[in-house]
Amino acid sequence: MTFMTSQASRHVLRLGLLSGGFILFAGVIGMIAAFHEREVVDDFISLGQTLLLAAPFVTSYVAAARLSEAGQEPRMALAGGFVIGALTALPTIVLLLFNSEEYRNLLYASLRLLPFVAASFLAWKSHAQGNETRQVAATWLTAALLIGIVAFGFALIFEVKGDLRGVLVNVDRDWVAVVTFDHRRELWTGIGLLLAASAGAGLAGAVMRILPDIPRRALLYGLGITLLVGAFGETVRLVLQENVDRDTLREIFRRDTLRQNAAATLFIVSALAGFLWALFGRRAQDEFAALDNSRRHRIRNLGMLLFAALLLALPWLIGRTLSDVAVTIGLFVLMGLGLNIAIGLAGLLDLGYVTNYAVGAYILAALTSIGPLGLFKGTFTFWMVIPIALLAAMFAGFIFAVPVLRMRGDYLAIATLGFGEIIGKLALSDWLKPLIGGAQGVQNIPKPFLFATELKNPEQLYYIVLVACLVTLFVSIRLNNSRAGRQWMAIREDEDVATAMGIDTARAKLLAFTLSAATGGVAGAIFAAKVGTVFPNSFTVFISINVLSLIIVGGIASNPGIVVGAVVLIGMPELLREFSDFRFLMYGALLILMMINRPQGFIPSKLVMHEVQAGVKPKLSAGD
Amino acid sequence: MFRNRSGEFSWVDFTIDVLRVLIVLAVVVGAWNTLSSGRISLAQWVNLLAAGLAQGSIYALIALGYTLVYGILLMINFAHGEVFMAGAFSAFFLAEALNRTGFLNEQPLLAILLLIMFAGLVSMTVAVLVERIAYRPLRGSPRLVPLITAIGASFFLQYAFRGLYGSNFKAYPQLQALQGALQIGEFNIPITQIFVFSSALVLMLGLHWLVERTRIGKAMRAVSENKEVARLMGIDIDWVILFTFGVGGFLAGAAGVINGLFRPQGVNFYMGFIPGIKAFTAAVLGGIGNIPGAMLGGLFLGVIEAIGPNLVLAGLGIPGANQLKDVIAFTMLVLVLIFRPQGILGERLSETKA
Repeated sequence: MTFMTSQASRHVLRLGLLSGGFILFAGVIGMIAAFHEREVVDDFISLGQTLLLAAPFVTSYVAAARLSEAGQEPRMALAGGFVIGALTALPTIVLLLFNSEEYRNLLYASLRLLPFVAASFLAWKSHAQGNETRQVAATWLTAALLIGIVAFGFALIFEVKGDLRGVLVNVDRDWVAVVTFDHRRELWTGIGLLLAASAGAGLAGAVMRILPDIPRRALLYGLGITLLVGAFGETVRLVLQENVDRDTLREIFRRDTLRQNAAATLFIVSALAGFLWALFGRRAQDEFAALDNSRRHRIRNLGMLLFAALLLALPWLIGRTLSDVAVTIGLFVLMGLGLNIAIGLAGLLDLGYVTNYAVGAYILAALTSIGPLGLFKGTFTFWMVIPIALLAAMFAGFIFAVPVLRMRGDYLAIATLGFGEIIGKLALSDWLKPLIGGAQGVQNIPKPFLFATELKNPEQLYYIVLVACLVTLFVSIRLNNSRAGRQWMAIREDEDVATAMGIDTARAKLLAFTLSAATGGVAGAIFAAKVGTVFPNSFTVFISINVLSLIIVGGIASNPGIVVGAVVLIGMPELLREFSDFRFLMYGALLILMMINRPQGFIPSKLVMHEVQAGVKPKLSAGD
Repeated sequence: MFRNRSGEFSWVDFTIDVLRVLIVLAVVVGAWNTLSSGRISLAQWVNLLAAGLAQGSIYALIALGYTLVYGILLMINFAHGEVFMAGAFSAFFLAEALNRTGFLNEQPLLAILLLIMFAGLVSMTVAVLVERIAYRPLRGSPRLVPLITAIGASFFLQYAFRGLYGSNFKAYPQLQALQGALQIGEFNIPITQIFVFSSALVLMLGLHWLVERTRIGKAMRAVSENKEVARLMGIDIDWVILFTFGVGGFLAGAAGVINGLFRPQGVNFYMGFIPGIKAFTAAVLGGIGNIPGAMLGGLFLGVIEAIGPNLVLAGLGIPGANQLKDVIAFTMLVLVLIFRPQGILGERLSETKA
């Protein structure tokens, strides 16, 4: 019998505790319970349970890959998967015990013991580093004291409150019910189930990894597609509703959730498709590559044509609710492409982008509103105001750009953030209330008309957004290779060198800010017409962060990346309501993870981006 | 005037100079109007000043965290406001528990000390974790990378704490010992304000002692001077950076408790964002990287924020001037970044740093 090397077992241990920590965290912040509200497969598995099982599954899949790369035998990978699964459940089990009335004393006991254990561990580490006895003792004392204060504090809090829920609001019955698979009353049964399910999922992940390539891919496709369709069941149902008769729909869905039979069928079909693709996909790709240029082009053009037709027909295919989501996504595509001119091309981290959005919206509101705050009451139509909103946003972008032109990158970011906050506070103030209505904002904004047809549905507004997006996309693709675009990229890479090459950096930056603001204004104006009311709470720093996140995640300076980023980051929380509470948690985590692991984004731009390229020695390094 | 470094006429400089003149004009006119109208009595001015100093000392404590980290890593730790929130929010529960056992009002001094230690240590843990997980892997990358990471960390922490503790506002229990006002001459100063100011002062003196008199303080100064050389001298850079984040976090957490006891509005997960930006303003005002500068900058910003709306905005005839406190603070931020990025004290102003 062979044993794992100590390095491999440490790896397994670390990954297991990492995924356990993740599950614990997801539970404590209420993610698991919230996701449990959505069933993936009717009466079988919920999204929360999927999350609970996906963590050990994915972690042991990764671990098994590493272990087999390190030359371990398959059964070691299996054992690793099993251990990871069990470890994943461990922190949650501990919290379950702490939370139960019988074992609550365990919590107090461990909070009392924690300082001594932790201090001893740190002292042992210090000893292992070869420190003197005196230093080791000092480490022990300091650590015991400091950790002791925190542990004492929390123990006191929990003891006075009498339970965890008084502090950690999401450690509640719902959470217990999910993680014990509905065995809230029989705690140990629940714990056993959790442990078994988690270890099983871990084992399954490892098994999946050591399967031969083709069946593995087939199974992964089947699993992935079924879960995706199940999780977005509501969306899929809304789409099908437009195209399928009601009886068929009722066979597939029970309200918004996939029925078991349908899920099984879907799994088999998609696994089969995955199997076929795994068998013949490579060949098809090779054949496509072997075709001569003109035929390849013809096939590509055909694809593009189909895609364009799909875009045009989209509102009919997906219905009203989803068209509304599509309009929101489109607005963020507009803003993303605009902000990308500043961030992606010119390297100017503008955190006050919401300003332009607000300017566009308020301009449209003030000029077209038929309410008491409308300035002209019907003289101006939507179509006349769109160019005005665009110009006004550009003007605002220009005005706010002038003071920050001389600033260094990170100061510029904070200053633009400051502008955004100033605008927000001014919009709320009594001072400007006679003009823009303070907290109530401007109401009664009419919908746009096109040849006497009122464009009041999202299906109709969709086309306005689509046209705006396409125009913007065209402009930004052209900008990439323009003289101005090259100047911006030169500034982005190194401002001093750009100046030395004869680029008027102040002018180029002004142009970047001004152009970048334009689409924000248009997006704001369309938004105002869509919702019919404009008030300050729609224009917070969160808009700017949203746009920033979708650029970073999609791929900085990459147009397709931004479109995909908007579809995923904006679409997902809109379609999965359970997600929306954790939207900014997810964005924050994504920003950190992307910067550490993939600063160029998921769909990187072809142009190398030094500004975020890891490993490139920066001009202003951390040392001075 | 109106010329750039090479002596040519520059529209940018011209605009900025015009802006400068306009702002000075607005301040002078507003102040003149207010003062000549005599709407606000001397006692009221003193009260505003005291309130501003109290608020400012909280900004100063947070600003120290920005400045310490900036001094060593040249990075803006955007998530520092959330570190402040973490301590304040966690210590709320302890304050409530202490209040329920009656300890809070029986032994106010000990209770406050315990709260400050608790909040400080919680914030310290958060700050150290953020450094270890999010910032350390990015050491040495271009400046915008850690900044974007820090923005991510900021929003992540906000919503993580919202998930942990809920989204409601929670008000700290009132301490009886801090009620009432102190009569100094003809002026009434609330005791809370004196408490805030003095406890901030004690903490700052503690920091001063730590940085100037201890071994680790010496190491911190060495690392901020030159990391490579410090490494050659046998200083464990990673440990010093971690320690710096920890100290900054501790001060922020302590500020959180002081803020909680001082302001009745209560704490919630979003409470750190705006004070965070303001404290950054304070740090820049004092010259970022400069420890006494951050203290002065904080006090200065607090005073401006308290007096500015009444003195300038009200004088210009703007209604609801006190709503625009934050506007004054953020305008200060922008103005400092435009006109004097090296700060009032402007210690080490080289092209590369400031």
